[in-house]
Amino acid sequence: MRGWLRRDLRAAVCLAYLAGLVLLAVLAPWIAPYSPTAQKGAEALADPSAAHWLGTDDLGRDVLSRLIFGAPASLYASFLAVSIATGIGVPFGLLAGLLGGWVDRIISRLIDTLLSFPGIVLAIGVTGALGVGLTHGMIACGLVFSPTLARLARAQTLVVKNELYVDAARCFGASTGRILLKHILPNAVQPLIVQLTLLLAAALLAEASLSFLGLGVQVPQPSWGAMLARAYTYIDIAPEQMYAPGFAILLTAMAFNGLGESLRDVLDPTMKRR
Amino acid sequence: MNRRWRMLGERLSQVIPVIVLATIIVFGLLQLVPGDPAMTLAGEQATDERIAEIRHLYGFDKPFLVQYGTWLGHAAQGDLSRSLLSGERVVTLIGQSFPHTLTIVVLALLISLLVGVPLGILAAMRAHTRADTAISALSSVGVAIPNFWLAMILVTYFALGLGWLPATGATPLGESVVGSLRHAILPALALAAGGIAELTRQLRSALLEVLSSQYMRTLRAKGLSETAMICKHGLKNVGVNLLTVIGLLFNRLLGATVVVEAVFAIPGMGSLIVRAAINKDFPVVQGVVLSMVLVVVATNLLIDMLYSVLDPRVK
Amino acid sequence: MSVPLLQAEDVLVQFPAPGQAPIRAVDRVSFSVAANETFGVIGESGSGKSTLGRALVCLNRPDAGRILHDGADPFALTGRAFRAHRRNYQIIFQDPNAALNPRMTILDSVCEPLEILGEATAAARRDRARAMMDRVGLSGSYAGRYPHELSGGQKQRVNIARALTVRPKLMVCDEVVAALDVSIQAEVLNLLAELQGEFGLTFVFITHDLGVVSHVSDRIAVMYLGKIVELGPAARVRHAPLHPYTEALLSAEPSALPAAMRTRERIVLHGEIPSPADPPSGCRFRTRCRFAEPRCAVDAPAFREVQPGHFAACHFVDQLTLQGPAS
Repeated sequence: MRGWLRRDLRAAVCLAYLAGLVLLAVLAPWIAPYSPTAQKGAEALADPSAAHWLGTDDLGRDVLSRLIFGAPASLYASFLAVSIATGIGVPFGLLAGLLGGWVDRIISRLIDTLLSFPGIVLAIGVTGALGVGLTHGMIACGLVFSPTLARLARAQTLVVKNELYVDAARCFGASTGRILLKHILPNAVQPLIVQLTLLLAAALLAEASLSFLGLGVQVPQPSWGAMLARAYTYIDIAPEQMYAPGFAILLTAMAFNGLGESLRDVLDPTMKRR
Repeated sequence: MNRRWRMLGERLSQVIPVIVLATIIVFGLLQLVPGDPAMTLAGEQATDERIAEIRHLYGFDKPFLVQYGTWLGHAAQGDLSRSLLSGERVVTLIGQSFPHTLTIVVLALLISLLVGVPLGILAAMRAHTRADTAISALSSVGVAIPNFWLAMILVTYFALGLGWLPATGATPLGESVVGSLRHAILPALALAAGGIAELTRQLRSALLEVLSSQYMRTLRAKGLSETAMICKHGLKNVGVNLLTVIGLLFNRLLGATVVVEAVFAIPGMGSLIVRAAINKDFPVVQGVVLSMVLVVVATNLLIDMLYSVLDPRVK
Repeated sequence: MSVPLLQAEDVLVQFPAPGQAPIRAVDRVSFSVAANETFGVIGESGSGKSTLGRALVCLNRPDAGRILHDGADPFALTGRAFRAHRRNYQIIFQDPNAALNPRMTILDSVCEPLEILGEATAAARRDRARAMMDRVGLSGSYAGRYPHELSGGQKQRVNIARALTVRPKLMVCDEVVAALDVSIQAEVLNLLAELQGEFGLTFVFITHDLGVVSHVSDRIAVMYLGKIVELGPAARVRHAPLHPYTEALLSAEPSALPAAMRTRERIVLHGEIPSPADPPSGCRFRTRCRFAEPRCAVDAPAFREVQPGHFAACHFVDQLTLQGPAS
C-alpha cells in the first residue's frame, strides 16, 4: 500500500485530498469561522476580505463556512447512494452469476432494463415518488446505480465460480452462502472496489444536480449543489458566487475518479489502461 | 440477409421483455409514494371529492396488476392520462417538450463527435507525449465537471458578458432554424464537455489496442505511415466500438440535459419532469420517464442494426 | 458379499454444446470400488477420466445412471444431509494452486473443512489442522503464508492435508502429481501410500501415466473417449492386456532395455484422439486400432468378462495376440 502510493503520485494526491475532505467534514463545526446559516444582511454579496475569505452570499452568510458545512452533506450523500447501490446490486449480481438458469435470466433482464433508463431521469422520478430531500434523492441514486454493480458482480462471479477452490469447498459440504461469502466475494471484489470509487464521483455529481434542481438538500441546509442553485438566481449580479462550490464539486469528483483509475491499474490487471 | 433478419428478430425478442419490465418499473414508481397515494397526489388542500377523483383515476382501490393493466392499456393507445396540475394531456406536454430536448442532445452528440474523435486520434498517435498528457488531463476535468455548473459559466461569459447568444429560452426548430440553434448552442456545449471527454478516452484506448495488435505490427513493418495506419485500418476496426460508445453517450446526454435545461430555462423534458416531481404531478413524471426509456431502447435497437451493417463478422 | 464403497452404474455425464448434440464426456460407465482398494483409471487427456472423477465425488451430476456411495445414491439426499455426507468422498485435483483460495492463508484453508462441519472449537480445529500439516510434511511456519508463497509440491501437500482433516473414506486423486516436478512426484506418491495404510483410505487414482498407476493399483480401468475399454487386476492388465488400446499404452512406456534387446515392437498410435463431440461409429478406438476391420465401424463391441474379473470391449478379444509391456 505504501509502496503503491509512493509510485503512484496521482493516487497519493487524490487520497490525501479526500482524507482532508473527510476530516474537514467531521470537524466542520470547529473549523468553520461562522455558522453556515448566520445572516448579516448588511454584508450581502461582499467581496473576499480578511473577515470573509471567500466573501458572503446574498443573505450575508459566510461562503467559506457554507462550503465547509456543505462537505458533510456531499460526502454523506455520495456514501449513502453508493452503499445502497452496493447493498442491492452486489447480492443480486452474485446470485445471478452463481445460480444461473432462470434466476440469472430474470436478474439480467432487470439489469438491462434499469440501464436503459437515463440515470438522472429515473432518479428524479423515484425522488418525486418518495418525496424531495437529500436522503430520498440518494436512495433514488442508489437504485439507479445498482444495476452497474450487479452486472459487474455477476460477470466476476461467472469467472470465479468455476475455480477449483470453489469445487473443493463444495466437496467439504460448504453451503451456497458460505461459498459466496468466503470464496467468491473475496476473489471478485477488486473490480467492484474500483467501480465503487468511480460511482462515488457519479453520486457526488448526482447529489449536486438534484440539489441544484431543488430535489435534494432543502434550504437553509448548506450543500454545494444548493449553493450553486442559489448562486444561479443572481448570476447576473454576482457570477463569482458560483466558483467556490463549483470547484469544490469538480475537485472532489476528480479525486474520486483519479483514485478509482489508480486502483484499477493496481487491482484489475484486465482493465489496465494503456 | 436472411441471417441479419434472424438477428434482428433475436434482438427484438430481447427488447420486448425490457420494454415490458420498463413499463412495470415506471408504473411501480407510484408504489413508492408513502402513505395513501391518492391523498399525497391530491395535495394538502385537496377536497375529499378531488381525492376520490384521483383514487378513481388511478384505480388505487383495485389490485396492482389491474391498475397496471389498465394503465398499460391506455399507454399503448397513446393515452398517458392528464397532468394533475394543468389538466393538459401528458402526451401533448411531452410532444411540446421533447423537440427542445432532442435538439440539444443531438447537437451535443455532434459536438462530442466533432471534437472528441480528432482528440482521441491525436492522443493515440501521440501516446505518452505531452499532447497526450494534456488531453488526458482535460478529459479528467471533462468527466468530473458538473455540466450545469459549466452551463452557468457559459451563460455568464457568452450570454450575459459578451451578449453573443441568448441566456435563456428556446425556439422550436420549425419556427426558425437559426434561432433554434442560437438557443441550443450553449446548452449543447455544456452537455458536450462530458461527451467529448468520454469519447476521447474510449477512442484513445481502443485505437491503442488495435495499434498494438500483431496485424498492425506487420503493416508497420511494411513501412506504412502511422497516419495511414490510423486512418485506413485503425478507425475501421474501432468503428463498431465507437457505435457502442455513441449509444451509451446518447443515454447519458438524455439524462444530463435535464439539469442543463434548468439553467437555460428551456421548456424541455427536463423542466417538465422536475416541475412534475416537485409537485407530485405523477402522470407527467411517469410519462416523461417512460418516453425517455422508450427513446433509449429504440436508439439502441437502431445502433444494433447499424452494427450488423458495419461489422462484416455479423453478416 | 458386502456393499462396495463406491459404485458407478451406467454413468453418463454430458455437456451441452451450442448448436450440436451434447458431448458425452463419460458414456455409460460401470464399475465398483471396494473398501481399502486402490483403483486406477488410465486415459489420455480428453478421455473423460477427470469428468468421471468429478462425478464420483458429486461435483458433476450424472445425466443418466447412478453413482452409489456405500450402496446409496448421494443425490437422493437433500440439502444439509447431502452436504454432511460429502466429507466421506474427497478429491485432490491436478492443479494444486487452483484448488487453494488465493485469499486465504494456508492454515485457514486447512481449517475450513472442519469449520464447515462445525466440529470442535476454533482453537481445537487449528490444532488438528496443524497436526495434519505436520503429518504430510509441511512445517508449521507455512501456516500463515498464502498459496502463492509455496511451491507446487507444498501446495499439493496442503490439499492432501486439507482433505484428510475430514477423515474421508475414499479419495479421488486426479493426476495429483502430473503438475509437479519429477523429483517431487515420487515423494508425494509415497506420502499417499503411507497415508492409505494409516487412515484406512480407498483411492481412485486417475492418471495418463501407466507407470504411476500400475505399481500402486489393485485394479485398473482403461478409458478411451468416455468409455472403459478394459478393466481388470493391475498385474493382468499390465502383463496380459486384452484390448489393443491398452497394448498401445503399454508399448509407449519407456523401457530400460536397449532397443536391440527389446522383445516387442513399439506400437505408435496414429493421429489425435478423436473429438468427443463426434466420436467414431461402432468401436470408438477403431480409427487408431491396428487390428480394425469393417465390422468395427458398424457394431459397438460389448464390454464383457473375458476372464474372471478381467473385462474388455473388443470384438476380437479372443483372437488377437497382444504384446505385454516392455520388460
